[in-house]
Amino acid sequence: MTVLKVEALEVRRGARAIISGISFHAERGEIVAIMGPSGAGKTTILRALAGLDRIASGSVDVPRPVGMVFQFHHLFANMTAHKNVWLAPVHVLKRPLAEAEQRATELLAALGVGERSAAMPHELSGGEAQRVAIARALALEPQVLLMDEPTASLDPERRGDLAATLRRLADEGRTIVVATHDADFARACAHRVLNIGDGRIRDALGRAAPAAAPDPHSSP
Amino acid sequence: MAHAAPQPELRWGGDAEGGAPYVEADPADPSRIVGFDVEIAQLLAAGLGRTPRFIQAGFTSIDASVARGDFDVALSGIEDSPARRARLAVTIPYYEFREVLTVRAADTGRFRSLSDLRGKRVATLGATLAYDLLVEAQARDGIIPVTYEDDVHPYSDLVLGRVDAVVLDQILAQRGTRRNAGLVNQDAPLAVGHYVGILAPGSTALRDRMNAILRDAMRDGRLEAILRKWAVWNEDQPRLYAHLLQDPSPDPVAPSSLAPAGSTPRAGAMQAARRYLPALLSATLVTVVLSCLSMALAVLLGVLIASGRIYGARPLRVLLTAWVELIRGTPLLLQLFVLYFGLAAFVQLPAFVAALLGLGLNYSAYESEIYRGALEAVPPGQLDAGRTLGLSERQILVLVRAPQAFRLALAPMTNDFVALLKDSSLVSVITVVELTKQTSIFAANIGSWVVPGAMCALLYLALSLPLARAARRIERRWHRPA
Repeated sequence: MTVLKVEALEVRRGARAIISGISFHAERGEIVAIMGPSGAGKTTILRALAGLDRIASGSVDVPRPVGMVFQFHHLFANMTAHKNVWLAPVHVLKRPLAEAEQRATELLAALGVGERSAAMPHELSGGEAQRVAIARALALEPQVLLMDEPTASLDPERRGDLAATLRRLADEGRTIVVATHDADFARACAHRVLNIGDGRIRDALGRAAPAAAPDPHSSP
Repeated sequence: MAHAAPQPELRWGGDAEGGAPYVEADPADPSRIVGFDVEIAQLLAAGLGRTPRFIQAGFTSIDASVARGDFDVALSGIEDSPARRARLAVTIPYYEFREVLTVRAADTGRFRSLSDLRGKRVATLGATLAYDLLVEAQARDGIIPVTYEDDVHPYSDLVLGRVDAVVLDQILAQRGTRRNAGLVNQDAPLAVGHYVGILAPGSTALRDRMNAILRDAMRDGRLEAILRKWAVWNEDQPRLYAHLLQDPSPDPVAPSSLAPAGSTPRAGAMQAARRYLPALLSATLVTVVLSCLSMALAVLLGVLIASGRIYGARPLRVLLTAWVELIRGTPLLLQLFVLYFGLAAFVQLPAFVAALLGLGLNYSAYESEIYRGALEAVPPGQLDAGRTLGLSERQILVLVRAPQAFRLALAPMTNDFVALLKDSSLVSVITVVELTKQTSIFAANIGSWVVPGAMCALLYLALSLPLARAARRIERRWHRPA
């Protein structure tokens, strides 16, 4: 079942197109890695999917809310890890506080940071902050989870843990789009890799993919 | 051709703000000064073979100026008092005045003397014998003394009903009733006093020569001519002159009914300090209450202005920016004058309210800049995170942005509060007696700034040091990367 559909996406900053002609789709339970060097436009694609950047042309069809885990996590600095997770369910989904807190506790425990609930963001390590950020994104029960450079804040031995976590989340039925320049990580967890260069999708050899060609989708 | 040696100068001090008939800028040529004190200075200079040179001095600090040698003599409607005689060289009196009670015409029958004014506000000029009279009447009759820095606004505020009576000498009272319709000077004088020239305590030789010149001018009618020219001559003067010409001592005491508590010589600085401490403490309370309320207003308005400048539509942003620049670009003193005196024709704010508004509005401009800077310093990623979670912009502001900005703003806010505490001393110009004003009254009465200045400084430090410490502690605790 196709959950996410991007057609001829273009995002401009002033007169310059940051990305253009981006088309792809993703199925339920699929992990898609967007690969490319820094500055290729990976983050811009995620921001457009999350609704943070205005789309110049093309379309993005994604079920809201979208879960987003930023490269630098952007945990709310003025509240504990726990409150970071229950804030949106209470204020956006209007869940009762007790229920949202309970769910936040469960999510943090499931991601292995249950004992860090009371910590402030600046007290967390990079890996802990990332797992809290994942919990915060999952608290809204999104069908689609976006992750920007998730391995940047992790030691090499932690990358395997993250890959396993993402696989588990996908197996539970979520669609995950990961922007990364880490080829090993992409190979380890993604079902499919999209190569991006200069704001366009390229094939494995770095050639520009024909804009009109259908997305070569293969099942895992 | 030989030049005559240039005549030495007689530097004399006066307050041209005091105006006619004492010393005022000539309406025809504001660079010149005119008035009876100006002509008496010329008379003294001529008698000494010197050229008079005028030096402007603030009325309330004129004693200190002459004592430290800013000029040779001060002539500016300066009142004789035992306190002045104790610490300065004082000439013989050249004018006798009566302290007069001025009331609104409707109150002529009701307020005949100070004892009729229990619980009422009675205005006068600070650092005068009239002020001492009012302080005495405060203890005796329960009146509320209100001091002004000038002699114009007591009368205009009497018309407006901000005060119920004015006590000043008859020259000022006559001028006040001439300028303001509906005011009446009560006939019975409250006291009698004299104008004298004052010199540094060591200048007794010069003082004695001046006394001789004044006596000559009394004898040959030159002094009378000057006083007649300025329309202040009356039947009290010949009696005074006859008394002075009979008594050849260099420092004769003029007959006076004025001996209020405030003008008796001081036994000692420590005793004075003890006597003034309760007044200083209650003035400190005024400073604290005024500062806290003003800061609360400044914070509230500052938050609104900063929010408007970040989230508002363009016309609102432009308007608020202009407002902030207007407030920051003009002196607080001017803003206080406009609020209290300038607006008086439309809305009569009580002095404390005008002071509160003036300080609060002024500081709100500075606070708003702190908050705007702090809000803009919250990393944009925090806002992005809020948006991807579906929070509204308002929710992001309330839940995420403002709490983080508050941390950044708290230390500079505390610094501003310390600054406001000290700037609150400016409100004395609109008759609010706070710590600094009370100190200057204290200093004027005992004739020295040493003890009052030290006590005042200690009280300000007792208020501001804990705040400064708190600011440093907050800065240390909260200034770490988010």
